[in-house]
Order: sequence, then structure tokens, then C-alpha cells
Amino acid sequence: MDYTIEELEKKANLLRLDVIEATSEARSGHPGGSLSSADLMAALYFRVIRHDPANPQWEDRDRFILSKGHAAPILYSALAESGYFPREDLMTLRKIGSNLQGHPVRGKVPGVEMSTGSLGQGLSMACGIALAGKLDSKDYKTFCLLGDGELQSGQNWEAAMLAHHYHLNNLIAFVDRNRLQITGSTECTMSLDPLPDKWKAFGWNVIIINGHSMIQILEACSKAKQSETNPTVIILDTVKGKGVSFMENNCEFHGKACKIEERDRATEELVCRI
Amino acid sequence: MTENKLAQRNYYGKALADLARNNPSVVVLDADLADSTKTSEFKKIAPERFIEVGIAEQNMIGTASGLAASGKTVFASTFAVFASGRCWEQIRLAVAYPKLNVKIVATHCGISVGEDGASHQALEDIALMRALPNMTVISPADAYEAYAATMAISDFDGPVYMRMGRSEFPTVTDEGSEFVIGRASVLREGDDVTLVGTGQMVALCMEAASILLEEGIDAEVVNMSTIKPLDTGTLGASMEKTGCLVTAEEHSIIGGLGSAVAEFASGEMPMPLEMVGTKDTFGESGTPDQLLEKYGLTSKDIAEAAKRSLERKRKLRA
Repeated sequence: MDYTIEELEKKANLLRLDVIEATSEARSGHPGGSLSSADLMAALYFRVIRHDPANPQWEDRDRFILSKGHAAPILYSALAESGYFPREDLMTLRKIGSNLQGHPVRGKVPGVEMSTGSLGQGLSMACGIALAGKLDSKDYKTFCLLGDGELQSGQNWEAAMLAHHYHLNNLIAFVDRNRLQITGSTECTMSLDPLPDKWKAFGWNVIIINGHSMIQILEACSKAKQSETNPTVIILDTVKGKGVSFMENNCEFHGKACKIEERDRATEELVCRI
Repeated sequence: MTENKLAQRNYYGKALADLARNNPSVVVLDADLADSTKTSEFKKIAPERFIEVGIAEQNMIGTASGLAASGKTVFASTFAVFASGRCWEQIRLAVAYPKLNVKIVATHCGISVGEDGASHQALEDIALMRALPNMTVISPADAYEAYAATMAISDFDGPVYMRMGRSEFPTVTDEGSEFVIGRASVLREGDDVTLVGTGQMVALCMEAASILLEEGIDAEVVNMSTIKPLDTGTLGASMEKTGCLVTAEEHSIIGGLGSAVAEFASGEMPMPLEMVGTKDTFGESGTPDQLLEKYGLTSKDIAEAAKRSLERKRKLRA
């Protein structure tokens, strides 16, 4: 089904609503970085990614790795809304016995390709999947969503080097550049700028966009898919907590769920945009 | 059996070469040490399935996990100290937790690495790997077993850590013997004391048994080439027969084979147990023989430990 831009924007807000409700029900979790990537996730799961929720092991599917595994709620929401598992399961997030663990676990949830949550590892995993695609002459793409804070971890740059060395043009990374990490500003904690220059120096194609513009996201993905030799990184300029006024740019909500009254306020703001 | 000194890593290389020819799902990764680990033998035959990652072990493990998740049987090799230590948490999250089909095959284990010194002598790797759920830990006794174990783990679906030595040392098994993961073997039968060895210490256990025989002590030698899962059947049967034991490993006595045996013994069959291994210390530079002697890892040390274990048994039974 082809969704219009407006429908995709609404989907993004539906995913946001799921995140607020699930984390609030769990009384823990990471809503801030889930909300900042909601537009991207809606674009990926409802337009960009080639997948079949009825057949999660389909060999030719595009792969998506959530390197910033703490944003699990937005991934679970995208998977549930795509039909990988029932939406009702979302409310079991982080509860004992649930498959929806605090951070994504391969094998527990259909559609979750790799276990993540310890930051800095997803891009390496994505490199392995992309290399396998090359070895097997498959045309699937591998997408990997990175947080900006996690780029402080050196393993990312080992992976960035490898992706360029092996010409992984089938690999597309996204950086959710919301400029906040748990301690506060990324630039005060451990500066990442000039971030695009770092990726360029490692041989990647770099595309910088407004991460809340559906049109820009779709155009960037389409361009990245055309790359003939190099991997591509799309740096999404985003707002942490995007979509809920009192959560925006508030790093308090990096790892804290909404209390009941906050959840109700957030819901009120979001439902009228779905 | 004639004594034959061979390096395990050369037989790992031979096995990889055979896998390059016969198993198209095998992919091999190395971190700038292919000539030392002998993964270069695979590269010669299947260069397209050999992936050099450079000096970046953490990325090697992550990349290995992605390849395994895509259906490949992945071998990732480097020196034991890096393979187990530098990327331990990557192994934990990306390989062990999702039970992916990655074989971490480490060469240059133990103090017999020699002149390179403590930075390169892995004496903690068994402990690190054994603590990981879903991880199988293998330490072949000689070069022939290294070959057979490589073939066996290529047919096994799941995470494996296998450690091998750098230098040449005597063989104790026959070339072409079958290797079964999780099965120990009794190399010498005896009634007085059980010597449980792993890696090149198995050969030294055999020497120790000869020393002990001269003193009228009949030792049983068990080759514990799989440390996890521990073959408690073979081990328990031998312990029941002899009533005392010695473990011998080129590894710290903290967390290695000795600890694994003690965990079993303390719960199921408490009895005198002496551990031969390094005693909470780093190594240093020297020749392998000098180091084995200085750090108490010779056949004589095993024989002395056996006598202590026997003495404790006698006292208990007195």
C-alpha cells in the first residue's frame, strides 16, 4: 500500500503515541530518542524498506538494525503497526516474561534482526549483513539507525572504515542527530562536530536533512539507494522528544517515562495529529 | 604412538583450507594476523570469503555476527588475549546472547607464547568465555585434535570459543581421530589419581603419569578438550575410581579448567583437588620452556600436585 506524505506523517504520530503509552505503562524506557526518530521509522517501515511482515525471514528483505537499541519502543511500534505482531503486545513492554525486552533481542520478536542496546555495535553488525548480501549477490539493502551520542564509541569508526574499504554501497546509516544524550548536550559531553566531515573523511556519502521532514527523508533514502560505490550516511537533524511540547529538547525524557498526567497531556497533543 | 611435535595453528590452517574447498558457507575474518593465526591458508583458496578487518577486533566480532545472521558459518581469528578480552562485550551481545554461528578461534594462548611477554599471553580467556551463557569452550590437546575440532565446530550451529597454542608441542592423539564436542577422553587408565588436562598440558599430564609410575603411582589421564560443556560423565567416572585429582591448564587457576572441575566436584563429588595453572599472576618474556618452569607448569609440577592430592586422600581415608 502506498501511503501519501500526509498519511506517513500521521503514521509517525501514531508511532509516537504508542511509545508514550507503552513506556508510560512500563513506567520506564527511553521515549525521547524514540520520538526523535519517529518520522524516519514511519518512512522506513511504511515506504522505504522492502519487507513482508507475514514472512519475517524472507531472504530478499531489506534489513534494519536499531543500533540505538534504547529506542526499542519506536521499533516495536513500527513492527506492530506493520503487522509483525499484535498491537496489544506493545503494552507488555519491559514486563516480566514479555518478548518486548527493554532493548531489542533477536529471536524474541519477529522483525528484530539483531540484539542491540549496548551502544556502538549496530553498525558493525550491519556491515556483516551488507557483506553477506554482496557475497550472495543479493540486492537487499541494510539500514542502520545510530544515535548521535553513541558515535562517541570507537567501534562505529572501525565499522565506518570497513564499510568504505569493502565498498558497501548497499549499506545506509542514519544518525538521529538530536544533540542530546543522557548527561546533556552531546557537544558539552564529548563533541561530535564537525560530524559530517568525520563521515566524509571515512569515505562515506553524506546527506544532511531535516529529520522531521517526510519529503526530505524519502528523497534522501531514494538517493542513498542509488549509490554505486560508497556507503551512505543520512544525518537527520532532529529534536529529542519531537511531537510532544514539554518533552522536546528535554533530556530528562531520555530515559524516563511519562507519569500518568504527563501521558494524558502528551496523548492529547498527539491524537489530533493522527 | 610416536612422539611428534606440531603446532596447533598449522593444523587449524589445514582445516580451514579444507573448509575453503568443501564448505561454501564458511567465511573467515581476521584482524591483521592471518599469517600468524594461519587463516591465510583459507585466504589462499577462497580469497572472496576471507575478510580482513584490520586491527579492529570489536568490529570483527560485530561484522561476524551480521554475517552469521545472514546464514554464514563464520570463523573469526586473532590472538587469544585480543579475541577474548578486547571484544568480550561484543561477543556477549552480538554472538552469545543471540546464539549466532560464530567460531572465535584464538591462537597464541597461554604463557608459552613466550618472548612477547605478558601483554600477549592470555591466561584469563577460558574464564572470560566460560562465563558467557550459550558459549561452548574448546581447548584441543594437540595439533591433530585442533584439526578435528575445527571440522567439528564447522558442523555445529552456535557460538564457540576455541583456544590454541603458538608453539610446537607433542601430539597425544592419533591423526584422523573423531572429535566430539563435549566429550572428554581417557588417554591413560590408572587407579590412584586422576590428572585432568587441557591444551598442551595434556601432553605434560602424560609425562607426569610416567614420572609417577616410577614411584609406583598409577595415574589416569583425562583429556578435557571441551571445557564447556564439561563432560561430567567421563570426569565423574574417573573421579569415582581414583578419589582424588589434579587439573592442569596453561591458564590462571581462577576461572579456568580447575574452576570448572571444582564447580562440578564441590557439588557432586567433593574430593581432594590440586590445580596446576598460573597463580593469579601475569606472565613475562622468556622462552616457552623457561616460562613453563618458572610459573609451575611442567610435568614435574603436575606429578608433585598429584602426590599432594594423593596424600590428602590418604589422610581423609585414614
